[in-house]
Amino acid sequence: MAAPLFDVRALVKRFGASTVVDELSFSIAPGECLGVIGPNGAGKTTTIRMCLGLTAPDSGTISAFGLSMPRDDRAIKAQLGVVAQMDTLDPDFTCAENLLVYGRYFGLKDADIRARTPQLLEFASLTSKANAKPGELSGGMKRRLSLARALVNDPKLLLLDEPTTGLDPQARHLMWERLQALLQQGKSILLTTHFMDEAERLCSRLLVLDHGKCIAQGAPRDLIEQHLEREVVEVYGQGALALADAPVRALASRVEVSGETVFFYTNESAAVLQALGAYPDLRTLHRPANLEDLFLKLTGRQIRDDS
Amino acid sequence: MIYYEFKSYLRNVFGSWGTKMPIDSPPAVSVWRAPQLSLRFWPVFLRNLLVWRKLAIPSLVGNIAEPLMWLVAFGYGMGALVGPMRLGGGEEVPYILFLASGSICMSAMQSASFEALYSAFSRMHVQKTWDGIMNAPVALDDIVLAEMLWAAFKSLFTVTAILVVMLVLGISHSPKLLLAWPILLGVGITFSCIALIFNALANGYDFFTYYFTLFLTPMTFLSGVFFPLEQLPVLVRMVADWLPLSNAVALVRPLFLDQWPTQWLQPALVLLAYALVSFWVALALTRKRFRK
Repeated sequence: MAAPLFDVRALVKRFGASTVVDELSFSIAPGECLGVIGPNGAGKTTTIRMCLGLTAPDSGTISAFGLSMPRDDRAIKAQLGVVAQMDTLDPDFTCAENLLVYGRYFGLKDADIRARTPQLLEFASLTSKANAKPGELSGGMKRRLSLARALVNDPKLLLLDEPTTGLDPQARHLMWERLQALLQQGKSILLTTHFMDEAERLCSRLLVLDHGKCIAQGAPRDLIEQHLEREVVEVYGQGALALADAPVRALASRVEVSGETVFFYTNESAAVLQALGAYPDLRTLHRPANLEDLFLKLTGRQIRDDS
Repeated sequence: MIYYEFKSYLRNVFGSWGTKMPIDSPPAVSVWRAPQLSLRFWPVFLRNLLVWRKLAIPSLVGNIAEPLMWLVAFGYGMGALVGPMRLGGGEEVPYILFLASGSICMSAMQSASFEALYSAFSRMHVQKTWDGIMNAPVALDDIVLAEMLWAAFKSLFTVTAILVVMLVLGISHSPKLLLAWPILLGVGITFSCIALIFNALANGYDFFTYYFTLFLTPMTFLSGVFFPLEQLPVLVRMVADWLPLSNAVALVRPLFLDQWPTQWLQPALVLLAYALVSFWVALALTRKRFRK
């Protein structure tokens, strides 16, 4: 295996009495897309802030490109591209000016940035908006401008904090397509997300974070195989909840109840489906187990408000 | 070699204690550590300049119209009522000249304060511009320096425009005004440093109203802008003598009268001390604000 591009060892961050990041270790190989998934308040954003040297860890080490944080923070950040959770675009500047001004923060020459600008705008599908201000852009366009801005210094590694939150399906798909293109160019990506389809589609490896701890890690398909049965039968409708204690329960390897829906997890769905045939009034949904099931199994179904 | 021998010596002495502390483990850094300034502040300054260039003319009108209205209304209107002012040295000067030399300092103060409060706060807190910048290789210290210099530059711009109008109106033609110009830049720097402390503490724009009404406005009345400090009771004067604005006026007013300040070192040092201490405090409080 190639030497990691980015390496985090035993990272710990406490705010007062609560430990937000707890002995977290991970690394990113060149060309890899690592996804970090976890409920609100799991420590995703704090981890990214520590990777950028913006928050000082209480212990642990962060090294990247053969340099170490926080000693070489400028040299490391010169090779990173960041898309934060909230857009920080300059509302008074056009798209092209946003790229110019941001490139200057990296010490790039105006002429070099101007030469790269058309290419960056085209990558973000914003060529026709070069002279528009962020206020005139849609949510998806703003995010793509943020992505183009993060690419102004031709970074080796991109840190993306929920890059598609709040976007409509078209805009999300376009963003995914762009990120896949970047991976094909050989860039590495660290991505946090709440969308399991996004994680499954883009990430070669996943880190499941909860209460600041890594509770599982591996390739998306491997994780599903490791932790879940192959299939799920969801049952809902009048009287569905009673099934959780009916004999059909014995046919599934695991049963979960959430709201008005009963989930039968099984490797042999035929028997479960046959038994459910006795309840024609109930609605069933039979599907392969997915990352969302894994996520809910590992982190629980209760709502987290402590974001 | 010596280093490694020393390390193994330490390990022998302290045993496993030494190995538990990785060498790269970051020390707990104090927000009061010395400012770490670099030339990376320049692109941040340029950013503000580029925004301002788009709005310069309308903002200029707003910036100089108000001080000039005060000057004309009070200077000519009140001036006719109060007659010439008798200064400490015994000489008499027209009230408008007295007022102009004080109000130019007030304008430098207000312009720098406004920029370092409302505008800097918009960039820091509302637009999250600073957060975006810090994802690039620019540190918070560089940003605070850039904002400080930017607010001072804007105040110098306002002051220059007002000076030009004063010259056109013939209020003063003292050649020593050339020296007043860099001093007024220093006044702008001092007040932008002070304002940045309150910027670091603010949780909304309303907070700045207190700064202006409870701090800057009373200071204006205690600094000899509208009437000589000699009018004040002795106790109040003892406080007034140490206010940054009264020290600014002490330096600038004689230059308007084509005289040299009788005392220049003390007021200059007072302003410098305000600037240095305030910048350090502002930086520490801003670091604390961003430490999350």
